[in-house]
Amino acid sequence: MNKSTMKYIGKRLLISAITLVIIVAVLFLMLKLMPGTPFNDEKLTEAQKLAIYAKYGLDQPFFVQFFNYMKNMLTGDFGVSFGIVRNMQVSDLVGPRILISFGIGIAAVILGTVIGVLLGIYAALHKNTLADTLATIFSVLGVSVPSFVLGLLLLLLLGVTIPVFPILYESSHPLRSSVLPVIALSFGVIANVARFTRSEMISVLASDYIALAEAKGLDRTTIIRKHAFRNTLIPVITILGPILVNLMTGSMVLEQIFSIPGLGRLLVEGITVNDYNVVLAVSFLYSVLYVVMMLIIDISYGIIDPRIRLGKGD
Amino acid sequence: MDNFEFLEDDFAFVGENHESKKEIAPPVTPFFKDFMRRLGKNKGACIGGILIVIIILIAIIAPMVSSYDYAEMNTAIQSTSPNAQHLFGTDRYGRDLFTRVWQGTRISLFVAASAVIIDIIFGMTYGLISGYFGGKVDTVMQRVQEIINSIPSLVILTLLLVIMKASLFTIIIALMLTGWIGMSRITRAQVLKVKEEEYVLASKTLGAGHFFIIFKNILPNIFGQLIIMSMFSIPNAIFYEAFLAFLGLGIPTPQASLGSLINDGFKSILITPYMVIIPVIVLAILMLSFNLFADGLRDAFDPTMKEM
Amino acid sequence: MADRERILKIRDLNISFTTDHGKINAIRGVNLDLYKGETIAIVGESGSGKSVTTKAVMGILASNGTIDSGVIEYSWNDENTGEHKTVDIAQLSEKDLQKEIRGRKIAMVFQDPMTSLNPTMTIGKQVMEPMIYHYGKSKEEAYKKTLELLELVGITDAEKRMKNYPHQLSGGMRQRVVIAIALSCDPYVLICDEPTTALDVTIQAKILELIQDIQKKKNLSVIYITHDLGVVAKVADYVNVMYAGKIVETGLIDEVYYDPRHPYTWGLLSAMPDLDTDDDELYTIPGTPPNLAYRVDGDAFAPRNQFALNIDLRVEPPMFDVPGSSTHKVASWLMHPNAPDVKMPEALKNRIEKMKKEGE
Repeated sequence: MNKSTMKYIGKRLLISAITLVIIVAVLFLMLKLMPGTPFNDEKLTEAQKLAIYAKYGLDQPFFVQFFNYMKNMLTGDFGVSFGIVRNMQVSDLVGPRILISFGIGIAAVILGTVIGVLLGIYAALHKNTLADTLATIFSVLGVSVPSFVLGLLLLLLLGVTIPVFPILYESSHPLRSSVLPVIALSFGVIANVARFTRSEMISVLASDYIALAEAKGLDRTTIIRKHAFRNTLIPVITILGPILVNLMTGSMVLEQIFSIPGLGRLLVEGITVNDYNVVLAVSFLYSVLYVVMMLIIDISYGIIDPRIRLGKGD
Repeated sequence: MDNFEFLEDDFAFVGENHESKKEIAPPVTPFFKDFMRRLGKNKGACIGGILIVIIILIAIIAPMVSSYDYAEMNTAIQSTSPNAQHLFGTDRYGRDLFTRVWQGTRISLFVAASAVIIDIIFGMTYGLISGYFGGKVDTVMQRVQEIINSIPSLVILTLLLVIMKASLFTIIIALMLTGWIGMSRITRAQVLKVKEEEYVLASKTLGAGHFFIIFKNILPNIFGQLIIMSMFSIPNAIFYEAFLAFLGLGIPTPQASLGSLINDGFKSILITPYMVIIPVIVLAILMLSFNLFADGLRDAFDPTMKEM
Repeated sequence: MADRERILKIRDLNISFTTDHGKINAIRGVNLDLYKGETIAIVGESGSGKSVTTKAVMGILASNGTIDSGVIEYSWNDENTGEHKTVDIAQLSEKDLQKEIRGRKIAMVFQDPMTSLNPTMTIGKQVMEPMIYHYGKSKEEAYKKTLELLELVGITDAEKRMKNYPHQLSGGMRQRVVIAIALSCDPYVLICDEPTTALDVTIQAKILELIQDIQKKKNLSVIYITHDLGVVAKVADYVNVMYAGKIVETGLIDEVYYDPRHPYTWGLLSAMPDLDTDDDELYTIPGTPPNLAYRVDGDAFAPRNQFALNIDLRVEPPMFDVPGSSTHKVASWLMHPNAPDVKMPEALKNRIEKMKKEGE
């Protein structure tokens, strides 16, 4: 890794950090605009409410509250829950759920990308055949049918009609319980990746350097393996960003459908009971995940593609 | 060659007037005609387009001719399965689901179409200003856009709907807030491209003002692209509306959208699965049709522009 | 001239492509000969079929293209037995073409060096690849040979360059690499498809000199495909002028340049840029090449030919020998003894006179 690469990564890191601070500020501001407070209990007197506000620092001016929040956040303290589990540390509430949500998400990405790439390459190599048409129909279906529709159908089919998998998440059987949500989530990933890989592979195969490889007298397998593969797969990294966004929304609904105790469900619960700190922490976590993934995609693309890696400046 | 019969005038010049001397101009198909031909050849686009028309027609007509009102409750017929009187059955308040599903489709389509129209107006204006004026204006506007874009849309959507109580209007605004960026990007890219074209430079040298150039030279050129983009945005908006409804942030009862119907049906999915399956299938077909149609439009509009 | 060794013999080659708009007859009865150590050029507008012909020779026609008839005979002396062998490339299987012909016997230099190198593979690997693949050379051997080749094609600091990726090299450098790749398996025939079109004018001459230089050193036969008659004049022994999938004039370079007979050749020669000719007086060819999706009746060039005869609209002209030459042939009814005597345009004549003087 040379100097300009380091400089580029440094710059990107800084931009990401600034973006995150702005996001926290926006989120914080939005939550302050939220109607009602967690303490809307009518049994509470005004005096009692004020006492509670004072206890949680909610009587301070906005900027003080924000500053305190940022300061605590840096030490991993996201405050306490006001509603879901009164006075429980948000970090304790969120911690175990991260693993569940991420586990399912990562499994779906890996499964979806691998199958999608294979499918896309197969379709490109058998362009305009029946297999290609079927793969295309499958991709269009996968791209247009939202994962929660698929989740619901899977739940009815494999959870109710033929009860192979549990319809509700069982913490004692995390693997078995994750099968249906992972399939539902990965469907869209497969479709997106396959579609992109196919068109990328087709344009690579039509390129001059493939013609040169052919003119060198290499056989088709070697040409595809040595020359087409890498050039096809590098751009696939770039679509993982948009896919991640789909996955995040998809997983939020799927967690509802299959009652998975993950981040998405926590966010929805937090919203329904006006639990500021939980909503803030989960939203922030989603944003961090998104920003960091974008950063990783960007940098890894630069490292893998020699044109960017060794290019002048950034 | 030896036994070849030459005609008498074989070795005379053809001369200027002979037919074959005239340039045969290749037939030029007008762009629109060519576009329609390519679109017509695309099976997916045709099926998608026809389905969209059918669904829209049913969504308009069905609630009007139905003998039930979408909000009319009837405790005598709670949760009845689909039958001759109630083609899609009734929900647990005894409301006719056939009417409610098509009423819901109507609302979903309305929400999506309104959101996309606002997307176009806002995104196009933003992209136009940013791209056309360039320089510092462009830099600042692009930074702002980047930051908004780096907040996941589900976070913006949920938080926004928490602040503003969910209603038809707020849902449209929320959808628009996340949807305009794509429009703005396309517009800006096109503006940057078109701006350097000779006919725009020509207009400029002739003293045309900003507004003239924007409306006469630039807008007509980016319109096709925006239409295609909006065809992709509609299913996206339908999806996000359903997504929000499913999280309980949908349009308030007794109104219905496809999303809120799915959400309601989901509560009793094990007992009365038809309540969820029917709106789910309508939603899936609707999104699929729009995507197929949009795909076809894009390919027909520019056969070389396969990936956007 | 007696011991010239023929390496490539193309006879009555017909190639067609199946497209959405029907069958396109891209090549219509082409004959060509290439002898060892000599250079031929195929000249014509884009779409005249010059690239298709050479692609057929390499066996890399697009998948919708087929050789309808004709032979492409390739002859060589076997490396081990010394036995003289001939194969018809048009009849070879894809596997034999790939294993025996492409890269090993016939190599190609592509038009655009900016796109013809794999962007994610180092230069060294790309040059080493064919020799390892075809001759099973060890990495060390291949590395050594690649160094030599890169130095031969004029790349300085070759050892360092081998680790570079294509985008780190200039266009001229990249074209040198492409030439090195073409030479990596010691082919007998080098096909250069517009090798200098995509390059800066200053570099064009250098690349042409390089190819000529290497040709002499390795006793290669070279086929140039170009639309630029200036390039042809510098490098070729023979010229074949192609129009609408047919060769309309062929001959030694001097014959075609100083005594052109086909009106199309006149047009091409007139269109050559030249600093001190007044462009106005020059002859230009009106119109565009015919659409080969339709059947061509008679001479395909007739509609653009200001000297078209009635027979041109009816019968395709055969190849006429130019009197007094065994090499110069022209496909035009104007060569028939009964045809009216048509002389080349005055302006072109003056220009050729000048060229001759400069040439002496």
